[in-house]
Amino acid sequence: MANNRIPSGPNTPGSQQTPTQQGIKIFIQRDYSEGTAVKFQTRFPPELEERIDRQTFEHTIERLNEHFEMAETADCSTYCEGCLACLTAYFIYICTETHYEKHLRKVSKFIATQNERVYNPRGVHITDPILRGLRVIEITMIDVPNCQSPTGNNTSIRHT
Amino acid sequence: MASRRVTRKWEVFAGRNRFWCDGRLMTAPHPGVFLLTLALICGTCALHFAFDCPFLAVRVSAAVPAVGAALFVLTLAALLRTALSDPGIIPRAATAEAAALEAAEAGRPPPRAREVLVRGRPVKLKYCFTCKMFRPPRASHCSLCDNCVDRFDHHCPWVGNCVGKRNYRSFYTFVVSLSFLAVFVFACAVTHLALAARGAGVAAALHASPASALVAAVCFLSVWSVLGLAGFHTYLASTDQTTNEDIKGSFSSRRGVSNPNPYSRGNACANCWYVLCGPLAPSLIDR
Repeated sequence: MANNRIPSGPNTPGSQQTPTQQGIKIFIQRDYSEGTAVKFQTRFPPELEERIDRQTFEHTIERLNEHFEMAETADCSTYCEGCLACLTAYFIYICTETHYEKHLRKVSKFIATQNERVYNPRGVHITDPILRGLRVIEITMIDVPNCQSPTGNNTSIRHT
Repeated sequence: MASRRVTRKWEVFAGRNRFWCDGRLMTAPHPGVFLLTLALICGTCALHFAFDCPFLAVRVSAAVPAVGAALFVLTLAALLRTALSDPGIIPRAATAEAAALEAAEAGRPPPRAREVLVRGRPVKLKYCFTCKMFRPPRASHCSLCDNCVDRFDHHCPWVGNCVGKRNYRSFYTFVVSLSFLAVFVFACAVTHLALAARGAGVAAALHASPASALVAAVCFLSVWSVLGLAGFHTYLASTDQTTNEDIKGSFSSRRGVSNPNPYSRGNACANCWYVLCGPLAPSLIDR
């Protein structure tokens, strides 16, 4: 099995699913085995078997985890950002984007491209995890291929 | 379609926080004690700048008002940022996600807790019945704000907000700069009284500047708790613990078996750097 990451616990299912009006939704949970930094479980949900192959899915989640790892890594520039923010009495945040926000934009772009090229044509849609509070990746199985995202900001956020 | 207005999460927010300036600022309920803190700091500093500074600028150095002003601005900015920013609220689970959790348990409510391993140590993730999700490690539900807050430290009535992952650094800056400010203002008031008393005696000095005596008294009474708090939070930051975990004794050894903190980076400097200057987590409620 290509997925050799440590599962987060004995009772932690890698995914849960629920049928809704828009199709089946699958939720990929966070992996806390290395701490509280954002990282998602790479375990392949069996519901996706008919539409997506395991390697493609694992590649997507691993790339996503790499993006979040870079966002959470404290390097010299984030230290400078933190110190500068403190010295400028936090006014710097009004005019600049933080290190994390830059990486979140990359994540959104990555998800959008993956959806467009790989997932939407096969009837699957991945919701950007920032829209779900970075706690889960919501995967929706769309019945009609090539249709527009069923979970646009406007409809889905209303429930939160 | 580009002009379609997007509903942001804070606009349909279920907790008790209130939002201002198109969601840029937020306050927790019951801001009374926060206003008292603000009034106490501003009032004491106003007396300091009005009565002690002009005297000391002439008799001691022109740097006195400059240092006082810098400390005051830093303290106030850190206080306002702590009080008015998102402490790291975790938005409640969407209907579909909550339904999925219940479906996995065949219609029954999910179990109260599930256990995960964090760096090889078992950690319990409690199920939050209000937010309909398993709380991430270190998160806790604030009963006053009615939200789960990530890396929950405590709900501080003095700053009128929860202290959590996103505003811990400004809270720490506030506590440390306030202790410097209190010591500085106290020293200025005492110096003023001492210099005035040298020629005319203590009674005449007190009669000439009663404001200095008042400032010295307020600072003397408050400086101990503020200094203690600054020391306590320096200890917490250097061991990467939260007040919540310290009170509950999450990482204290039980029956002689050590129970080390799995989140610690191993040395005090690395912990301080990461907690106070690491990457700032984004707000999850679309502010």
